[in-house]
Amino acid sequence: MNFKTATLAGLAAMLMAGSAMAVDVKLGVLNDRSGIYADLSGEGSVVAARMAIEDFDAAAKGINVEVISADHQNKPDVASTIARQWYDQEGVDVIVDVPTSSAALAVSEITREKGKIFLNSGAASTDLTGAQCAPGTAHWTYDTYALANGTGRAMVESGYKNWYFLTADYAFGHSLEANTSKVVEETGGSVVGSVRHPFPGTDFSSFLLQAQASGADVIGLANAGGDTVNSIKQAAEFGITQAGQALAGLLIFITDVHALGLETAQGLVLTEAFYWDLNDDTREWSARFSEEMGGSKPTMVHAGVYSAVTHYLKGVEAADSKETEAVMDWMKSNPSQDQVFGEGSLREDGRHLHDMYLFQVKSPAESTGDWDYYKLLSTIPAEVAFMPLEDGGCALVE
Amino acid sequence: MFELLGIPPQALFGQLLLGLINGSFYALLSLGLAVIFGLLNIINFSHGAQYMMGAFVAWMGLTYLGIPYWGALVVVPLVVGATGVVIERLMISRLYHLDHLYGLLLTFGLALIIQGLFRNGFGVSGLPYSIPPQLSGGTNLGFMFLPNYRGWVVVASLLVCFGTWFAIERTRLGAYLRAATENPTLVGAFGINVPRMITLTYGFGVALAAFAGVLAAPIYSVNPNMGADLIIVVFAVVVIGGMGSILGAILTGFGLGIVEGLTKVFYPEASSVAIFVIMAIVLLVKPAGLFGRTA
Repeated sequence: MNFKTATLAGLAAMLMAGSAMAVDVKLGVLNDRSGIYADLSGEGSVVAARMAIEDFDAAAKGINVEVISADHQNKPDVASTIARQWYDQEGVDVIVDVPTSSAALAVSEITREKGKIFLNSGAASTDLTGAQCAPGTAHWTYDTYALANGTGRAMVESGYKNWYFLTADYAFGHSLEANTSKVVEETGGSVVGSVRHPFPGTDFSSFLLQAQASGADVIGLANAGGDTVNSIKQAAEFGITQAGQALAGLLIFITDVHALGLETAQGLVLTEAFYWDLNDDTREWSARFSEEMGGSKPTMVHAGVYSAVTHYLKGVEAADSKETEAVMDWMKSNPSQDQVFGEGSLREDGRHLHDMYLFQVKSPAESTGDWDYYKLLSTIPAEVAFMPLEDGGCALVE
Repeated sequence: MFELLGIPPQALFGQLLLGLINGSFYALLSLGLAVIFGLLNIINFSHGAQYMMGAFVAWMGLTYLGIPYWGALVVVPLVVGATGVVIERLMISRLYHLDHLYGLLLTFGLALIIQGLFRNGFGVSGLPYSIPPQLSGGTNLGFMFLPNYRGWVVVASLLVCFGTWFAIERTRLGAYLRAATENPTLVGAFGINVPRMITLTYGFGVALAAFAGVLAAPIYSVNPNMGADLIIVVFAVVVIGGMGSILGAILTGFGLGIVEGLTKVFYPEASSVAIFVIMAIVLLVKPAGLFGRTA
């Protein structure tokens, strides 16, 4: 090679080395944008994902992230079709959120098939990191075990021993009922009966009547979103709470409390992974979120999307690629740190570990204004909040 | 006390009563649909959205204008009925010379637009609307605790349903309307303003849906999807009752509410499917519906 060619080659090599870190990532936010879970996920998750990308300053680090979104209408078949289309035709690298456990399990399978990454924030079923775990799937925010362990245990220890379940008839409801029954029986309570309602439902009067007739101390609501709101309203109407039976909202989001109003919701005990007014970090983050969302405060699902995308982007930066195995390996071997959950870690079965919190809904007198709804009863540390690794039945765990 | 298939009679009566209450919503809504289809031959798919608008306008009336529940029962059907009149005049009337299905497409599209607008404006978690104080609380009937409001729903629904049936089947105005739908040219020749009658009838059908919406606001969540969930079931009710029959729609509405209530006791997971199974059976055995007349 003569001198001129060598210089040119050297210059070219230097230029290429400068732009080596240029990864294009396409991120898809798939959730319910129009049905009963639209307020707890929906557009808020897209906003949270964008906030994560901006806060991480991805563009300056050479990671170009494109965000797209779609509505799965809480139907696993629709979710599957969209996921396939996204992976095959649109070149999506990672799917985020996906509430509705049946849809989440479907998307997890497809993600495994295509060798991509799935960061779930909205779904609840423990099967996502249990029997149906997958190498590219991470379950971030909460699951039915954490809910059962939090609310279930707290209620039984407060004296509510006999349980009757009102269960949404799909994967999530079954999982939540099973996990909570187990906790109830372990702590000395008993399950006197259960009834499954079609999902989504509108009128729960018939099922509540059966629950009332069972004579249980507490009616466990193994449903979520609009279903829970309606069940609680109708329970108040039928004098169930006045007659002495307690209601255990096993999965309640702050948007549900907002819809119910403090008058109806006061006293409810619930387990969440995030509350906007928990500490200075969450307050600051929530204020920024609120500005983009017209005043609504974030739910734990939104916070989970932010945390997951942040950790994912760190993984892409560290691995210098978006290749699934490299990124997932980094994510599982390094702790996560962000404004919303603080410190956390991603376990080998895909379960993200962080502290969970037991809250109680304030009474109207105790609340100082809109969205000031919770008081903290206790913190459940990450080590005990989630199902132990060996109990899940995940094939990835040796 | 005897037990029917393992269910004690108290539980059964309670469920039957609840089924009757749900049935009154089905009856009211299917009545509006039956009036609009039976008399005007318009397949009004926006009926569910108009029911939802009734609930929302009641909420808006309370929140912004302080109109209480009792006032809303009168004002809201008028307001929403007026929007129905506007829709009919501006859009639906242009499709009369075409196949029924165009009316279906138009009203379906309108329903999607209305629902989407409300969803953008109000979210899906629902807005609170409290039961009026005069109807709050309940009565212990022995076999169940009946909230007074739900009892009122059954009474109001029965009154409005049979009032409407009487007006259409037994009064002169109803006779004009029925004649106009059979032979509009001839009736028009007698000096009766047929297009105006049709417009007002459509408005009346929409007002019925809005009335059902106001009744529903205190007990069901006031959210943009409330109509979408209900409209499919209501169409099934109208089909089973017979598309042209007013009385059929009313009786089938109450009857199917009771059937759904029973399904919830014996096999709850199937409760949302039961009505469609019955619809399939009825269509196979008697395609014109239980009370329908074959054309």
